[in-house]
Amino acid sequence: MPDGHDPLEPIDPSKGSVAPAGGYGGGFDLANADAETLEKAPGHGQEPGGPAGKPRSLWSDAWHDLRRNPIFIISALIILFLVFISLWPGTIATQDPLKANLAKSQAGPEPGHPFGFDSQGRDVYTRVVYGARASVTVGVCATLGVVILGSVLGGLAGFFVGWWDAVLSRISDIFFGIPVILGGLVFLSVVTNSTVWPVVGFMVLLGWPQIARIARGSVITARQNDYVQAARALGAGNSRMLLRHIAPNAVAPVIVVGTIALGTYISLEATLSYLGVGLRPPTVSWGIDISDASNQIRNAPHMLLWPAGALSLTVLAFIMLGDAVRDALDPKLR
Amino acid sequence: MRGATRVKWAAGAVAVALTAGACGGGSSGGSSGSSNGVVRASWGDPQNPLEPADTNEVQGGKVLDMIFRGLKKYNPKTAAAENWIAQSITSSDSQTFDIKLKSGWTFSNGEPVNADSFINAWNYGAALKNAQLNASFFEPILGYAQVHPNTSGATAATKLSGLHKVSDTEFTVKLSSKFALFPDTLGYSAFYPLPQAFFTNHAAWLAKPIGNGPYEIQSYTKGTGMNLVKWDGYKGSDAAVNKGVDLRVYTDNNTAYTDLQAGNLDLVDDIPASQLKNVKSDLGSRYINVPAGIIQTISFPLYSSRWNTANSAKVRQGLSMAINRQQITQQIFQNTRTPASDWTSPVLGDAGGFKQGLCGQECTYNPSKAKQTIQQAGGLPGGHITISYNADTGSHKEWVDAVCNSINNSLGNQNACVGAPVGTFADFRNKITNKQMNDPFRAGWQMDYPLIQDFLQPQYYTNASSNDSHYSNANFDNLVNQANAAPSSSESVSKFQDAEKQLVIDMPAIPLWYQNGSAGYSQNVSNVFLNPFSVPVYNEIKVK
Amino acid sequence: MGRYVIRRLLQMIPVFIGSTFLIFFMVYALGDPVAALFGDRAPDPATAAQIRHDLYLDHSLPAQYVHYMGNLFKGDFGVAFNGQSVLQLMGDAFPVTIRLTIVAIVFEIIIGISLGVLTGMKRGKPVDTGVLLLTLVVISIPTFVTGYVLQYVFGVQLKWTAPSVSPSAPLNELILPGLVLALVSLAYVTRLTRTSIAENTRGDYVRTAVAKGLPRRRVIIRHLLRNSLIPVVTFIGTDIGALMGGAIVTERIFNIHGVGYNLYQGILRNNAPTVVGFVTILVLVFLIANLLVDLLYAVLDPRIRYA
Repeated sequence: MPDGHDPLEPIDPSKGSVAPAGGYGGGFDLANADAETLEKAPGHGQEPGGPAGKPRSLWSDAWHDLRRNPIFIISALIILFLVFISLWPGTIATQDPLKANLAKSQAGPEPGHPFGFDSQGRDVYTRVVYGARASVTVGVCATLGVVILGSVLGGLAGFFVGWWDAVLSRISDIFFGIPVILGGLVFLSVVTNSTVWPVVGFMVLLGWPQIARIARGSVITARQNDYVQAARALGAGNSRMLLRHIAPNAVAPVIVVGTIALGTYISLEATLSYLGVGLRPPTVSWGIDISDASNQIRNAPHMLLWPAGALSLTVLAFIMLGDAVRDALDPKLR
Repeated sequence: MRGATRVKWAAGAVAVALTAGACGGGSSGGSSGSSNGVVRASWGDPQNPLEPADTNEVQGGKVLDMIFRGLKKYNPKTAAAENWIAQSITSSDSQTFDIKLKSGWTFSNGEPVNADSFINAWNYGAALKNAQLNASFFEPILGYAQVHPNTSGATAATKLSGLHKVSDTEFTVKLSSKFALFPDTLGYSAFYPLPQAFFTNHAAWLAKPIGNGPYEIQSYTKGTGMNLVKWDGYKGSDAAVNKGVDLRVYTDNNTAYTDLQAGNLDLVDDIPASQLKNVKSDLGSRYINVPAGIIQTISFPLYSSRWNTANSAKVRQGLSMAINRQQITQQIFQNTRTPASDWTSPVLGDAGGFKQGLCGQECTYNPSKAKQTIQQAGGLPGGHITISYNADTGSHKEWVDAVCNSINNSLGNQNACVGAPVGTFADFRNKITNKQMNDPFRAGWQMDYPLIQDFLQPQYYTNASSNDSHYSNANFDNLVNQANAAPSSSESVSKFQDAEKQLVIDMPAIPLWYQNGSAGYSQNVSNVFLNPFSVPVYNEIKVK
Repeated sequence: MGRYVIRRLLQMIPVFIGSTFLIFFMVYALGDPVAALFGDRAPDPATAAQIRHDLYLDHSLPAQYVHYMGNLFKGDFGVAFNGQSVLQLMGDAFPVTIRLTIVAIVFEIIIGISLGVLTGMKRGKPVDTGVLLLTLVVISIPTFVTGYVLQYVFGVQLKWTAPSVSPSAPLNELILPGLVLALVSLAYVTRLTRTSIAENTRGDYVRTAVAKGLPRRRVIIRHLLRNSLIPVVTFIGTDIGALMGGAIVTERIFNIHGVGYNLYQGILRNNAPTVVGFVTILVLVFLIANLLVDLLYAVLDPRIRYA
């Protein structure tokens, strides 16, 4: 194992400033082992993309574009609607989501109950409306947490490589290995309060490694771009390079994975609830209702249709939002 | 892009996907895969090695009942305990029993079934060092305390002093106290005889158990399945009418049911709850739904300060009256449960101690009286209760939610009751065993043998082995003692029923419903029925 | 390159120790497995104590861990909940699961990347919208439902395949389960590819290639796809774990006695040897998968090089 510089290794002009290669002593081989691993091959010709040459900053530029994008406007309207019913479900659903009339178990639509009844004889329409709060909160907050934590850690790993990357990647490997069910039973069964936050926290805890690896891969690619090398040669600082040159080029896969993950987190909440460690009853959520309906697919498909439709609408809104944001940030469109 | 149209399309696509699932039950014309006179049946992986005294769940029990016969056998239709290998079991004092064996019985490896086969098996099952899960079944026998001391590691005797061999075909059993119904417990699998091969080459025996029943094991692959074939040397009158049984381990009863529909399986003895609505249209007359010796209750932690006050028995009675058992068994269970009105099971029969309506109005749905009773008793402790259940097995969520909804509707308070899932059965049991429950929890009792004693004593006698409520009532205990010492079985049953009436007053557990056994079978087989333990009677199944 | 691989392989040692301890600790935190053995019946204390003694559960957590690791280095992975040795259980389960995972990954690669290229080239066209809708369906409908519906349609109604997989689990029986398992990941792969393709079609080098008169097909495969694949490859690398260890629902529906099913049983029964054994192997699989992914980066983007 090398404890310093590998004699075969080509000299990387950038490394001195960003990654203290092998600089942490020879006794720490394993953690240090990646110090000089990721290299760019200098001079492999790709056409220069070139930094955006506009006077406005990239980020305010993006916002300028977004506001004119109809996809963004539609998705924003849907999301505003979801936020609205999450905050004030009573405005469009006047019944009690917990009120059960077992005699109506799995009955179809009837006046006053447009979506029919679930197995317990509760009104499906009312439950879909009331379920938005918990589900949207879990989906959005877990996604935000995972994306922020994952892309920061993964982005830094991809940018600085070296021991930081080695340690972080190996930690994420261990986290990948924790089965969701085991983690849920261990971390969530001790929680007794009935808010969504333990569930959100758990999803962030187990979800970040995936985004981290996606972000790392993107940053590793992006930092090879010639304009990044050019910016470095011009003496750009690390933070400026990361934010202005690398992040906009690396963000697309994170957005794609994040928007889809949002839907899967809402479903994952159902899995956790099914295991008895998710949202505590009597919390109403789409996930719980979808999970309850799954078993009844042959008997009462309407029980699944409406909460799953609501989940689809939410995912659609965020996928559209993600598309719009990505387009706005894409420097190649400039 | 056109966001709005996308939404419409999305809803349409979901609907299409769903109608694909809703398309109803096409009949399975299934005689595909010729079975050659062998029954193909669903199975679950037994949790423990297949030793008779170590098997306490139904999947392992199924196999033991196929490859073993004991002193007694429970009639698969009437549940009556009938002498099988026993020629006679007699006693003059309800404490010492003289057991004579029929001659000529052998194990499938040729060894004779004699008094030693039983004595050795029982000594093995009772000994602490073997850590058998059913060891406590030997507790009534004199000397149990010596072979199974309360502290592990203590030097223990290896033989039950109450067992005494008279001859190869006769032995006596002395109990530590009177127990009139003891002979009727001897059909339970823990009391099966064992061949010498079990002791001389234990590992080989576990890999392929050898018994004395109508079937012998041809091959056994743990986690996958077992092939049993008819044993031609079987002496009993209940020899197999088919050539054998292939038991296949399924990860999920839904899959087994789908395989049955597809004609790849002949027998499913556990219809998934989600298919109960369709099972009649799927299988027609090939669906069985008969009472089994299982009762489900909601038990209360009487050690908790929430439930040991003077008025709390009244609150429990009120809760019992708040539950609409009839509606829940119909809507949630599709009549695979019967509303309970006592603490035993209909399979006992009237002579065996089942008494419909013993609980009276305390177990009858009456929402206004429920509300009034609970109010008079000072309301629910802390204003609301939870009902705990384990989430990992048994799909309890639906009925617990329904019970809570029923209570909430009766009391006119949507927050009076809520289900409280516990992640794993292990965690659930640990909380109960360690007395950490503060609110009621679901409990299910599957009888070991069809006796009223088995429904009452283990669960409600002071410090009894499964008294999870930690209920203790001197009158109840006294009546149980009298029942056990009664000279005749009918007097014994009557005393047990007197004891049971004490449960109405104290309501340590609310009886909910009697569980049925449910099964479905293919067109390849006939004469399929379930015994009172909800296990198919495999040896009677005819294969076309 | 060779040195890099060796270094990465050596990193497995601390990860191995860390993950075994973490998982062992977590199973320990689940609680005592013995009470559950007795079913609904309260355990007899003396018998329970004897079982704990036999299973070495009557020692402290560190002592149990050291005992377990000691046995592990002797090749003894312990005994599973049903009395089978964990080594044998793994020997039965991993080959099945690996086959299932391969089928799923092949689906992800072939269908996911094809759809991704197609939609990326035709953004906003009906085919793009159609695939988006399928994506939404796949995300919103639980695997249990899609799996059950497909099993019912193909297994019971059409009789194209047996509803359940036989114990030997040959590849042809794993096609439907593999597809079901891959569905959610397909959504990711498709959209990742689509986005990458869409971005890269605007890249100058593609314009140059097209301007140079290279055939369209060649441009897509040689230039466009290759540069678009890094996020996809990364995703599939991270997905291997989810596919192998998290296939519980798929395995249950199709009666596959694989890793997910055994892991689930081990967790429910608080059986440390099963869980630690399976998870440890899974972690080693991730390590190798991630190493392969990192090496693939260099293949896909020659500017990235490993010392």
